[in-house]
Amino acid sequence: MPKEAATIVFETKKVTKVYHMGEVSVHALRGVDTQFFEGEFVVLLGRSGSGKSTLLNILGGLDLPSEGEVIYRDRHMADFDENELTRYRRDHVGFVFQFYNLIPSLTARENVALVTEIARDPMKPEEALELVDLGNRLDHFPSQMSGGEQQRVAIARAIAKRPDVLLCDEPTGALDLNTGVKVLEALQSVNRELGTTTAVITHNAIISDMAHRVITLSDGRIESVHTNDTRRLANELNW
Amino acid sequence: MSPLHRKLFRDLLQMKGQALAIAAVIGCGIAVFIGAQTTLKSLSAAREAYYDRYRFPDVFSSLKRAPLSVVDRIANLPGIATVEHRIVEGVTLDLPDLDEPAVGKIVSLPDRGTPRLSDVHLLKGRLPEPGRTGEILAEEAFVDANGFEPGDQIRAVLNGRLQTLTIVGVGLSPEYITTIQPGSMFPDDLRFGIFWMRRRQMEAAFDMEGAFNDVVLSLMPGANEDEVIRQLDLLLDDYGGLGATDRDLHLSHRFISDELKQLKTMSIIPPSIFMSVAAFLLNVALRRLLTLQREQIAALKAFGYYNREVGAHYLQLVGVIIAFGAVFGWLLGTWMGQSMTGMYASFYRFPKTVFRPEFGVYLTGAIISFTAGMIGVAAGVRQAVAIPPAEAMRPEPPPTFKPSLIERLGWHRWLNQAPRMILRELTRRPAKAMLTTLGIGFACAILIVGNFGKDAITYLIDFQFGLQERHDATVQFHEAVPQRVLSSLQSIPGIIRIEAFRSIPVRLRHGARSRQTSISGLDENRELFRLIDSDEKLVNLPESGVVMSSQLAKILDLKLGDTVTVEVLNGQRPVRNAVVSGMVDDFSGTAAWMRREALHALMREGPVISGAYLQIDPEHEAAAYRALKEAPMVAGVTLQKVAVQSFMENFAENLLRMRMFNVAFASVIAIGVVYNSARVSLSERSRELATLRVIGFTKAEVSRILLGELAFLTAMAIPVGFLIGSGLCRFISKALETELYRIPFVLNPSTYAFAAAVIAVAAVLSSLIVRRGIDHLDLIAVLKSRE
Ligand SMILES: Nc1ncnc2c1ncn2[C@@H]1O[C@H](COP(=O)(O)OP(=O)(O)OP(=O)(O)O)[C@@H](O)[C@H]1O
Ligand SMILES: [Mg+2]
Repeated sequence: MPKEAATIVFETKKVTKVYHMGEVSVHALRGVDTQFFEGEFVVLLGRSGSGKSTLLNILGGLDLPSEGEVIYRDRHMADFDENELTRYRRDHVGFVFQFYNLIPSLTARENVALVTEIARDPMKPEEALELVDLGNRLDHFPSQMSGGEQQRVAIARAIAKRPDVLLCDEPTGALDLNTGVKVLEALQSVNRELGTTTAVITHNAIISDMAHRVITLSDGRIESVHTNDTRRLANELNW
Repeated sequence: MSPLHRKLFRDLLQMKGQALAIAAVIGCGIAVFIGAQTTLKSLSAAREAYYDRYRFPDVFSSLKRAPLSVVDRIANLPGIATVEHRIVEGVTLDLPDLDEPAVGKIVSLPDRGTPRLSDVHLLKGRLPEPGRTGEILAEEAFVDANGFEPGDQIRAVLNGRLQTLTIVGVGLSPEYITTIQPGSMFPDDLRFGIFWMRRRQMEAAFDMEGAFNDVVLSLMPGANEDEVIRQLDLLLDDYGGLGATDRDLHLSHRFISDELKQLKTMSIIPPSIFMSVAAFLLNVALRRLLTLQREQIAALKAFGYYNREVGAHYLQLVGVIIAFGAVFGWLLGTWMGQSMTGMYASFYRFPKTVFRPEFGVYLTGAIISFTAGMIGVAAGVRQAVAIPPAEAMRPEPPPTFKPSLIERLGWHRWLNQAPRMILRELTRRPAKAMLTTLGIGFACAILIVGNFGKDAITYLIDFQFGLQERHDATVQFHEAVPQRVLSSLQSIPGIIRIEAFRSIPVRLRHGARSRQTSISGLDENRELFRLIDSDEKLVNLPESGVVMSSQLAKILDLKLGDTVTVEVLNGQRPVRNAVVSGMVDDFSGTAAWMRREALHALMREGPVISGAYLQIDPEHEAAAYRALKEAPMVAGVTLQKVAVQSFMENFAENLLRMRMFNVAFASVIAIGVVYNSARVSLSERSRELATLRVIGFTKAEVSRILLGELAFLTAMAIPVGFLIGSGLCRFISKALETELYRIPFVLNPSTYAFAAAVIAVAAVLSSLIVRRGIDHLDLIAVLKSRE
C-alpha cells in the first residue's frame, strides 16, 4: 500500500502536448502536474478526447511532451533521444493496448517471447501466460483466440519482462463483462504480486473501485484526484 | 529461432505468390548476367590459353615474295621476339559432292617440326610428311562440314596445275578460330577451307624455293607495335609488302572480339532492366506490407525494439526473397552459361573450351541483386520504422480522393461506376500507376530488344545482298588480265550477266592516319554491284575521284573534296593522290571505289580487270558452276548467295532459341509486374471490394473494377514499351558499332506486334490468377478486420 512516504515513480510538471495538423493545432494536454507512486494501481478516467492516451503515451516513452517535464525516477525524459526512449521502454515499461496489437503471425507463446527475448530479466513466456490463465493456449495464433484471450496474451506479453511500470490503454474497452473481469483480475494480481506500478485508462467508472487512486482528466487538464479508502477486487465489481 | 524470424517466414509464406514472382524476376536478371559473364570468361580464357599455348602472333604481313635472308633482317628489327615466315597461297578445290567451286588457303609448315608462331593443334591423324607429295593437314571446320576423314582425297588447282591432295590429319590453328574468306561476311565452312602443307611441297608447287610470301611476328613485352609495323612495312616495301597489320585487323581475332563485346553488352543491359523492375516490385510489395503491419511495427517499437532492429527485420525479409532469386539465378545462369559456351564452342574452333563458373561472377551477381533490392526498399523501410509508435497505433487516415481530371472536365457522364472507380484509383496514386506501366513497359521492351537482332541482320542482309551486291558469284583472276578474258566467261551457259572490276590493294593515307584497303574500279552502268546509302538511295560514281564508305572516311578523317594519298601495294607500288569525290554511308566494310577508267588512269595502266561479278540463271546453276571450276585464269570464285543462305539457316536456328529465352524472360517480368500490382491492389482494396460484394455486386463486376485497372495500365504500357524498346535498340546499335560494321537501327512492325501480343497474354494469365483471389475474398473476415 503506497503511503505518503512511498517513492515517486513518475512526476509530470506542466506537461503540454500540441498536435499540429495543417493549420489547426489540437491541444491534447494543457499543463498536467501529477505524480505516480511505487506499486500503486492508478485508474485514469475522462471523456473521449480528454488526453488520457496522450498522457499515458508520454509516460511510456512512446511520445514526447511539447513542453513541461516528465521525470522517471530522477531521470528527465524530455531530454531522451530516440534511442534512450527505446531503451527506457525496453527496460522499464510494459504496455497493454486497447486493440491488443498482437503479431498475428505469431502464436501466444511467440508473441510473449518477442518481448522476453530483449528483456534483461524476463519470466519464461509460459510462466507469464500461466499468470493470465492461458497456460493451455500456448500455441494458438491470435486469430484462434477470443478478444479477451488476446488481451490476456497482451497482458502476459507486457508483464513477462517484469516491467517497473505497466501502462494499459483501455484494456477492457473491447471486451464483455466477464472477459473484462478476467483481464482486470490478471492486472490486479500482477500489481499485487509483482508490485508493478500500474496505470489503467478506462471509460468505465466502476473499474475505478479497484484503484488506489483515480485521476480524472478533462480537456487536457487534471480535473480531480481521488484516493480510494477501500479497494474492491476485480471480481467484486458490478456494472 | 527467434520469434521475429518466425514472423519473417510466416509473412513470407503469406505473400509467397508475390515473393516468387519477384524472386523470378531477380533470378532471370542474375541468370542473364551469369550466363553472359561466364560465357564471356570461358571464351576469353579459352582464347587466351589457345593464343598462349599455340603462340598467336602480334603482327601479320603478306608480301609478294622475299628471299629467306630477309627473315633475319626482320628478326633484327627492335622489339621483335619471334619471326615465322611461310608461304600462303589460295587454291580452288573441286569437291566431289559439290557443284559449286570451293576455295581454300594453303599455309606452309616448316619441313621439320611445327611453326614457331601460329602452331597447329593436331586433332586427328598426323602431320604431313615433308617427303610425300600431296599430303595436307586440313582445318576441322571444313572437314566437319564436308564429312571428310583422314585418308580422304580432294582435287585442287595449285598454281594452275590440278593436283590430288590427301588429307592425312585434321587440325586447328589460333589464326583460324573462325574461318572467313577475305571479302566475305560470314564463314562458309563447306566452300572455304584452310590447309597446311610442308614447305618443300609448297615450294615445288608454287615455285617458291628459298622464298616466303607471308610473315608473322610476336613482339617483346613493351615493344612499340606501331613502330614495328612501320619498320616492317619499310623493309618489305622492296618485296611487295601488302602492309602489316596488328591483331585488331585480324579477321578471326576480330570476329571473336566483337562476339565478346556483344556478350559484355548482354551482361549489362538486360540484367539492368531486370534489376530495376525487381527493385520496383520489391518497393511496391514491401510498402504494402509495411502499411498492413503499421501497428505491428508500432507494437515492436513500444516494447523496446530499436528502429534498426525493426528495419533489419524487414530488410531480412527482402533479403530472403533476393537470396531465393539469386540462387535460382545462379542455377539458371550456370545452365545458360554452359549451353551458350557449348554453342560458341561448336561455332568457334578451340582445342579446348572449359566452362568457367568463376566465383567472382556469382558474387558480383549476388551483390548487384542485393544492392538493387535494398535500393528499392530502403526509403520505404526507413520511413515506416521512423514513425513514432504512438502515431502508428492510430489507424492510418483514409486516403484522400479528388475528382479526377476527366471528372473535372465533365466527361464522367459518359462513364459508369466501374470506370469511374478505376480512374480515381489511378489518379490518386499516379506515381504507382506510372511505375507499374513502366515495369510492364520494360517487359515489352525486352521482347523488342530480343527481336532487334533478327530485324537488323535480316535488313542488313537484304540491304547488302538485295540492294547492293546483287550478283550470285564473284570470280577472281590470278593477275590483272585483259578485258577479253571475259568472253571466255560469256560463253558459259547460265551466266546471264557479267560486270568486270579492277581491284588494287592500297594503303590510303591522310596526314598521320592510314588504312589498308583496296580500291575497286567499277564500270558506269552496273546492275549487280551497286553502291547504296543507308537510306537506300543509289550513289553514283563520279567520273573522277574516289568514293569511300563513310566509315573509312571517318577513320582517315577525310571530308568530301579532301585529297587522299594512295599508296599502291602491288606492281610498281606507285604513290598517287586522289580527291574524295563521294561517300557511301553503308553498314559494313572500309572499302573505296572509283570509275574503272579513272582507276586505270590513276594507275597509268591499260584496261585490265581483276575479276567479275556474275549473275547466274538458277536453272543452269550446276552447269555454270562446273564450267567455272575449269575456266582458265580463275583464281577463286566466291558464292555470295549460297553463303548467305547457309548463314541464314544457321542463324534462324539460334534465333529461335534466343527468342524462346526472351519470351520466357519478358513473361516473367510482365507476369511479375501485373500479378504483383494486382495482389497489392487486391490487398489495399479488399475492404472496398468486399463491401461492393456485400451490397450486391457480382464477382464478375467486382473483378472488372480491379482487372479493368490492370487492363488499362497494360494498354498504356505497350506503347511505353515500344518507346523504351526502340530507344534501347538504338542504343545497342550504337554500342555494338565497330570499325567493321554498323548495325542498322531497324525494327519490323511484326516485332512490335509480337511484343504487344506476348504482354497481353501475360497480363491475361496473371489476371486469371488474381481473379481467383477475388473469387475467394472472405467477405466476413475482410469486413470484420480493423484497418
Ligand atoms: N497524433 C495526433 N494527431 C493529432 N491529434 C491528436 C493525435 N493524437 C491525439 N490527438 C488529439 O488529441 C486529443 C486527445 O487525444 P487522446 O487520444 O489523448 O484522447 P483520449 O482521452 O485517449 O480519448 P479516447 O477516450 O477517445 O481514447 C484529441 O482531440 C485527439 O484528437
Ligand atoms: Mg485514448
